[in-house]
Amino acid sequence: MARPRWLVATGLLAPTGLWLGLFLIAPLALVVQFSFATRDTGVARAVLPWTAQAYATALDPAFLPIFGRTLAYAGATTVLCLLLGFPLAWFTARHGGRYRTALLAAVLVPFWSSYLARIYAWKALLDGEGLVNTLLGYVGLDREGGFLLTHAAVVLGLTYGFLPFMVLPLYVACERFDHRLVEASHDLGHGRASTFLRVVLPGVAPGVLAGSLLVLVPSAGDFVTPRLLGGVEQSTFGSVIDDQFRGGNNWPLGSAMAVLLLVLVVVVLVLRGRRGEDVL
Amino acid sequence: MTRRPWVLGGVAGLVFLFLYAPIAWLALVSFNDSRSLSRITGLSTRWYARLFEDDRVLQALGLSLRLALTSALVSTAIGTLAAFGLRRAFPGRGPWTVLLSLPLVVPEVVLGVALLGFCVKLAGIPLGFGALLAAHVAFSLSFVVVVVRSRVAGMDARLEEAAADLGASPLVAFRTVTWPLVAPAVAAGAAFAFLLSFDDVVTSSYLTGVGSTTLPVFVYAQASKRGVSPEIVALSTLLVAVSALLLVAGVLAAAWRARRTGTASTFVEAGRDR
Repeated sequence: MARPRWLVATGLLAPTGLWLGLFLIAPLALVVQFSFATRDTGVARAVLPWTAQAYATALDPAFLPIFGRTLAYAGATTVLCLLLGFPLAWFTARHGGRYRTALLAAVLVPFWSSYLARIYAWKALLDGEGLVNTLLGYVGLDREGGFLLTHAAVVLGLTYGFLPFMVLPLYVACERFDHRLVEASHDLGHGRASTFLRVVLPGVAPGVLAGSLLVLVPSAGDFVTPRLLGGVEQSTFGSVIDDQFRGGNNWPLGSAMAVLLLVLVVVVLVLRGRRGEDVL
Repeated sequence: MTRRPWVLGGVAGLVFLFLYAPIAWLALVSFNDSRSLSRITGLSTRWYARLFEDDRVLQALGLSLRLALTSALVSTAIGTLAAFGLRRAFPGRGPWTVLLSLPLVVPEVVLGVALLGFCVKLAGIPLGFGALLAAHVAFSLSFVVVVVRSRVAGMDARLEEAAADLGASPLVAFRTVTWPLVAPAVAAGAAFAFLLSFDDVVTSSYLTGVGSTTLPVFVYAQASKRGVSPEIVALSTLLVAVSALLLVAGVLAAAWRARRTGTASTFVEAGRDR
């Protein structure tokens, strides 16, 4: 008991710290080092001379559309997840009653089930002869060749994949939200829209922030969904990084892009500030 | 909003439909008689039968199971220790918290390529089980810590103090008071870690070696080469069914436990009154 508290805490944290230091921090540091390397350096120790060439290439206007597309996909996915996730979270938290846990578990089942399986399901559904196109055909809205390989297909797939990431923090925020505030707002003469914008939304803001972050980051980095539902034409940041490491064999360029993606994450984190933290 | 939940309930219902319709379709198509993924022509279980004849599938499944079990064990063990380490304030807790939440925000593709470079060019770790384990524990740790930590934070410290006052050694107090309280969270963390590892595609795809491919990476490679086949759909359906069963079992176990501990705590209340 005489041991100082920080020593005990550090001892308990040490194994995890060691693992993360070895298999997360060190590899990330190596990526930063790679990003300044000249092309085709073979081994890590032979990176000198240092050069910012990879960053110049990564920020070349040729890659600009890919940047833009990635951000557009991630942004659209986040907004859609918010629009779909909020009613679900609010309903479960406010009106779920004794079925709350069951409802939450029902949101989680798709989340914990094979990620690939879910993308394949959409692949089959969006195909030219798939169910979606067939059903739309009855009302004359079908599309030649189906909806695969479109921007809409990618955003749909990403939304489907990351929706639970939004619902969980939103649910926590909705549950904590004091519902009497809504009644008070109505009593004070505010309408529904005004109550929602000025009372409910600020109240659940931490959940909205946390959820948006949890959706934005992975959807910006994902390359499996864009590749399977969007095809080679709709390459995103993640798939360009993947190409540099797997196919193109330009590790410095891939590393520079990975670092840029990390910078984006850090910017989002800083913008979020500390508000969403307690819900995460 | 309170008085008329029907509209809201309807919208929530539609979102649930959106979540489940593709999975239902997947399950239906896996029993389809023809190779078509779009039109049901009849029922058959032949895709499942063919699946279990494929050695590569069984091999990948074996590796995935071993990997998920090992990674869940390691990350739960050290992650639980870490969660206890963060229990009380101490100098340096802030930076530790940042480090522990880092894996949540590092994009999977970045983690994958970073570990690939690390294993191949710096540490000389051969790709395969070891490299995969390093990665899977790294990204599961945060989830374990988040889950266990919330339980540890919500625990009444007076219970342990009472045990100490009554003469229990720290070890006995831990075994009889603390551990039963956190055990469900530790189990939940382990289940999370297992499923995260079992389902991972992106990070794993960089770290699998020759002859050591995980099931999701195998599925992804097959589908990228030849497109989605009914065998792959059958396999996916199985994966969905397994994780759904795990989750339902978890929820039921939690409910059962809550009822049991519910009676236990009334017991304590009764004792306190006396």
